[in-house]
Amino acid sequence: MIDYALQLLPLLAINIILASSLGIINGYCGLFSLGHAGFYAVGAYAGASITLFGFPELMETWPHLLLLLSSLGGMVAAGIVGILVGVPCLRLGGDYLAVATLGFGEIIRIVFLNFAAVGGATGLTGIPQLATTRTQTWFYFGAVAVTLWLFRNLINSSFGRCVIAVREDEIAARSMRVNVRFYKVFSFVIGSAFAGLAGALFAHFQQALHPSNFTFLISVQVLLMIVLGGLGSQFGAVLGATIVTLLPEFLRFSETLAEVQMLIFGLVMVIVMLWRPDGLAGLFRREAGPANKKDAHAVA
Amino acid sequence: MSSIDPGELLQYLINGLALGSIYALIALGYTMVYGILKLINFAHGEFYMAGGIFGVLAIGTLGLHPALGVLAVLVACGALAMLVERLAYRPLRNKNRIAPLITALGVSIVLMEGFRVVFGAQPRSFPQLFENTVYDLGEWFPSLEGVIVQQTQIVIFLVMLVLMSALSYIVLKTKMGRAMRALSFDFDASRLMGVPIDRVIAFTFFLGASLAGIAGILVGMYFNNVEPYMGQLAGLKAFTAAVLGGIGVIPGAVLGALALGVCESLVVGYGQSSYRDAIAFGILILMLTTRPWGLLGKPQREKV
Amino acid sequence: MLRRLATLALVSGVALSATAAQNIKIGVFLPMSGDQSSFGDETMSGVKMAVEEINAGKDFKIELFTQDEKSNPTDSANAVKKLINVDKVDVVVGTVASSNTNAAAPIAQAAKVPLMSPTSTNVKVTDVGEYVSRICFIDDFQGSAMAKFALKPKAEGGLGAKTAVLVIDSSSEYSKGLSAAFREVFTKNGGKIDNDGEIFYVQKDRDFSSLLTKIKRKKPDVVFAPGYYTEIGNMIRQAHTFGITAKFLGGDGWSAPQLFTLAGEKAIVGHYFSDHFSHEDTDPAVQDFVKRYRAKYGKDAPGMAALGYDSIRVVIDAAKRAGKVERTALMKAINSTKGFKGVTGVITLDAKRNANKPLVILETQKDRATFKTRVNP
Repeated sequence: MIDYALQLLPLLAINIILASSLGIINGYCGLFSLGHAGFYAVGAYAGASITLFGFPELMETWPHLLLLLSSLGGMVAAGIVGILVGVPCLRLGGDYLAVATLGFGEIIRIVFLNFAAVGGATGLTGIPQLATTRTQTWFYFGAVAVTLWLFRNLINSSFGRCVIAVREDEIAARSMRVNVRFYKVFSFVIGSAFAGLAGALFAHFQQALHPSNFTFLISVQVLLMIVLGGLGSQFGAVLGATIVTLLPEFLRFSETLAEVQMLIFGLVMVIVMLWRPDGLAGLFRREAGPANKKDAHAVA
Repeated sequence: MSSIDPGELLQYLINGLALGSIYALIALGYTMVYGILKLINFAHGEFYMAGGIFGVLAIGTLGLHPALGVLAVLVACGALAMLVERLAYRPLRNKNRIAPLITALGVSIVLMEGFRVVFGAQPRSFPQLFENTVYDLGEWFPSLEGVIVQQTQIVIFLVMLVLMSALSYIVLKTKMGRAMRALSFDFDASRLMGVPIDRVIAFTFFLGASLAGIAGILVGMYFNNVEPYMGQLAGLKAFTAAVLGGIGVIPGAVLGALALGVCESLVVGYGQSSYRDAIAFGILILMLTTRPWGLLGKPQREKV
Repeated sequence: MLRRLATLALVSGVALSATAAQNIKIGVFLPMSGDQSSFGDETMSGVKMAVEEINAGKDFKIELFTQDEKSNPTDSANAVKKLINVDKVDVVVGTVASSNTNAAAPIAQAAKVPLMSPTSTNVKVTDVGEYVSRICFIDDFQGSAMAKFALKPKAEGGLGAKTAVLVIDSSSEYSKGLSAAFREVFTKNGGKIDNDGEIFYVQKDRDFSSLLTKIKRKKPDVVFAPGYYTEIGNMIRQAHTFGITAKFLGGDGWSAPQLFTLAGEKAIVGHYFSDHFSHEDTDPAVQDFVKRYRAKYGKDAPGMAALGYDSIRVVIDAAKRAGKVERTALMKAINSTKGFKGVTGVITLDAKRNANKPLVILETQKDRATFKTRVNP
């Protein structure tokens, strides 16, 4: 049983990073992005490439260093793509932004599908773990700690307040001389970069990558995590990620329930939006927190 | 100078128009719902899938006469859409724009997985409704020898034209249609003028979904392949078509869909099939970032 | 008297413990859901039959652990990780598609757990390391056999083909490898494949009109399409509509009942594919297996089932020879399998841990495939 649980921990770490990074984009900045899987993919393939093609010599001698390098590489690559995607898209309003980011996410996946150098349609296999399972777990949760700490500081700083201002009322923010565009792009890029980090970690956990790991449905799954946990709440992101990661494993013991796992997720999304739009974190929150998502319908 | 074989090109165009007609039937539903509610109903693709599956059941398993089967599918998909609207979208109608989107995504998953659990994930073949005769254009134009048009393709195109005309009639000439246009023009004013909003919206959903359901049957016939996950990609592409043509504009949906079908066919023909889907998303992003009101739309003002 | 009883008890106690069943944990990962689930179901049916037969005997008690690899590489890697780390199996058996076995094999090799694939035919699979083996033939042999069959004059039972077009599933390692093997032998022996005679598609494609338009214009004698039945079925149906008269050839990826329902009885007649096993084979061992399978499952035994069946039996045979249930010992015993009489043929693993076995070429009829010819290695 313990071994089973140990198997899940790295995946949990990855999902927490994915969820909180999307939380920065969707929850705090109020940008509805449906392309998160794209940045996840970029980080994964970039990280795997660094390990397999960039510095393969380090696999034996300095594996932990290599893991760190590929994680950082994944972040940087995803961040760069985040800029490329964010700059044109972030001019768009609410639902158009959603669809545009969805489009980009899918295009990224299709690019990897055709990119023979990283396996293309057959996938990229044989990625080494670069650490024992125990070390890996510590490393990944270390990454989680760094991520959450960074986000917390970001949110509680003046930067964070500006971001929330942009979310609440873009026009008011602009009239207060907040550089709306900058904050939008920056939040988007940070969120994307950390999705890339999750991707690199994923590559070394799963040890095999395939474009089918990065579909639109994965973006929706991450969205489910923060919706369930509560948009605009870091605690909510962690809670949502934990539930979404662990639930399938519990369901595995009953075959019928495992069958309907995705169905249950869909239902949860609908039910949460209808009855508890604040998510589970809303249950714990006493004061009216920043979960009120007024969408500023922006015209660039 | 160019080495493009006119016969090959024509073949791709023909295939593209058939494909586009199917996208058109799905796109119409998207565009109508968006026109009135300003909601991108992500679950719309699943009504198309439902049409295919219901079609297999009605005509294949239950052995109904095709005409009766089509009618049954039409009603079933429409009813399903009305149910979804009533349960999942109506309660959120006055909230912000993001909540219904998330709900729509959830509904999409529920439908997709629900059908998979009930009907199984294996693709099913569609019963052959008529002889799929193949017409070689070489019989009339010798230089076009080898270019073929399938009976199925002709049927799909004609059905699309007929349904589009019927839809135009409903929207332009009937009272309900007028109400739909009024709502899409100015929601609040229409409400104040006493337009029965709930009924009109329910009707819109019914109409859109039944069109999509028929598309599902047509696709089942054309590709002989129906499975619970087929609505995802088709839905997204149909949405692209609607955006391309002008979201909220009915003729735009058809124009955009036909254009998209042809583009896709050309990309697969002259390029590689693995880029097939990229063309749709590329067009989507291009349109959204440069001309979000589409080819036939007008900036900021939407018309049905 | 007492002493005699005690001796008797001691001797029988020793005898009993000497023949007490050895426990062995076998982990099986197969596609039970997703595009290849048909193959997974078939293979698993053979596996389960073998496990039941062996557990009914006295030598071994197999504890079977199964994982669904969902027809994709990353879940395959995941499945093997779980089998090795959580279930702590002694041996892993799986999977069907070479792309998926490729994803899982490095994990087994690194963990020093023997992994045997019943059906993955791509050459690269066993390159991963000595812990990875297979009991089926490899694509070099399969491609070569089909190429030679295509080239052989009609009078000698072949297709007398001179020109060919390759239709390749670029998302499958199997498809790419098999078509490369075909191409090499076909062109070396006088066949012609144009420079643009390679057309690609990916799994989940359903619309082949552009692809078939190209084929129609090239008018080849044969089309070699070594893909999976899910796409090939549709492709052949559409090819028939397009009026393409070329014969389609394929590999064991075609071998599923859905091939016939997807293609339709008018289109599917008269094509050929290679497979591991034909239930029409008159070999008594095969017929006996076919009879028992029919008694248990009520239908004709498909090739994958026979391979699944053989894979378990080879593992147990290796365990017998190894003398103990221990991963490295098992690996060595598996790799030295010689002359094992399986229902899919006599299995001997060579230096690269591949099996040298004959294949059968089947011809497609309206709703089933019939035996055409056998090709020996």
